[in-house]
Amino acid sequence: MDLLTPDIGLLFWQLVVFLLLFFLLSRFAWKPITQSLKEREHDIQSALDMAEKTRVEMAKLQADNQKLLAEARAERDAILRGAKETADRVVAEAQNRATEESKRIAEKAREELQSERQAMVAQVKREVIDLSLDIAERVLRKELSDKKSQEELVKSLVAESRLN
Amino acid sequence: MFRLLIRKGFLSIALFLSALVAVNAQHEDHNGHAAAEGEKEFNVGDMIMHHIKDDHGWEFAHGLTLPLPVILYSEDRGLEVFSSSRLAHGEVYNNYKLEHGKIHRLTADGKEDHSAHLYNFSITKNVASLLLSAIILIAVFFSVRNGYEKNKGKAPSGIQSFLEPIILFVRDEIAKPNLGPKYERYLPYLLTLFFFILVNNLLGLLPGGANLTGNITVTLVLAVITALITNFSGNKHYWGHIVKPTGVPLLLLPVIVPVELVGIIVKPISLMIRLFANITAGHIIILSLLGLIFIAKNLGGTGTGFGVSLIVTPFTIFMNVIELLVAFLQSFIFTLLSAMYIGSAVEEHHHGGGSGLEAGIEPHH
Repeated sequence: MDLLTPDIGLLFWQLVVFLLLFFLLSRFAWKPITQSLKEREHDIQSALDMAEKTRVEMAKLQADNQKLLAEARAERDAILRGAKETADRVVAEAQNRATEESKRIAEKAREELQSERQAMVAQVKREVIDLSLDIAERVLRKELSDKKSQEELVKSLVAESRLN
Repeated sequence: MFRLLIRKGFLSIALFLSALVAVNAQHEDHNGHAAAEGEKEFNVGDMIMHHIKDDHGWEFAHGLTLPLPVILYSEDRGLEVFSSSRLAHGEVYNNYKLEHGKIHRLTADGKEDHSAHLYNFSITKNVASLLLSAIILIAVFFSVRNGYEKNKGKAPSGIQSFLEPIILFVRDEIAKPNLGPKYERYLPYLLTLFFFILVNNLLGLLPGGANLTGNITVTLVLAVITALITNFSGNKHYWGHIVKPTGVPLLLLPVIVPVELVGIIVKPISLMIRLFANITAGHIIILSLLGLIFIAKNLGGTGTGFGVSLIVTPFTIFMNVIELLVAFLQSFIFTLLSAMYIGSAVEEHHHGGGSGLEAGIEPHH
């Protein structure tokens, strides 16, 4: 058995044993082992991916919440503003109406006053006429009795009436 | 640093002196003053060759030999199986004689019979070591496989967590960068190759271990398998690159094409010789260092032998540690180069790069 010449017996055994070993290890060791390693790596990777996805989702959720909050705030502001406007308008309207009403009432009062006064004046006029007629009647009655006193009376009556 | 220099100087002087003593003693031998007293002369070359070569029977220590089955096939006698202990110490059994590690059939008058064609399929020391390594590999990796089944979805434990980084290293550093997306098809072969070479390198380092990966037959088989896989999985780019390299002037083709064709053969040969030479050389160095002790003992007596052993032992330990590194390195290199050769054959479209001849380590893509 020389150092540099291949030996047929060892060659045979080496070939048989190595191929058998290759077959056995490939089938029963390397395949399940590499499969497990791959699975585990896949699991780790997917766990990492999941964590990353969750993080992104959380960030998105937070952003959404922020947006929602901002929107709610804006809406609240808008509502408040609207309410204030409405209130202002209502108040202003009420004021206007009250002013108008008061004006109307005042106008009406004035008109009533006017008409009452007119009625009063008319009544006074009527009474004056009645009075004058009464006086005139009495004067006419007296005239028949005394001429002088009649004149005097007329004079005094006229003077009286001029005062009005 | 200075101390180291002194120590180195001292050691080299000691080695030089021991060599001088050896020459002197040999001189004495020739003069017949210190002729061998019954005991045969110690020969380092024979001792080293005995250790690194294959053998019938597994000698763990001097006198402690495990007999192994001898399996012979000859056309006239058919299959014959008997224990190697029957041929020990030059004994003749069934006309068979073991001489210089080879089994010969003897003719009736005790001469070597050259007419008989013997096929020796014996379980030699190397075959026994090969079987042992196969059993170890199967036991270890089946238990690792069970670990993956038991710890499904959990962290690895025990031997599984010890070997997982190595498996991942072969996959991620050897297979993936060199084979590209098709790495999974060749990964089982690369893993088997890597662990087979590694385990046998390590077994070879054990005292009494067989020198399996330092045997040219073993490395030949491994290299041929790699070459077969490479050439059978070679796609049209691979063959196109060999038969008609792109970008080569027409006049150079008669030079380049034969070179590329030779490359098909040279690549596995380089694989075969690299592993064989590295492992065998390591064994020879360690055995030579240890042999110094016995040379010194034979020449200057037990005292000199003891003295030399004090110097040689640290060296041997150092070399053993280097060999441990080499055991890992060579299994890595053999697997890496196999992956690169297969990778060059299965690579889809590729421009530029070298001529595909270099056996060196290419940078990872």
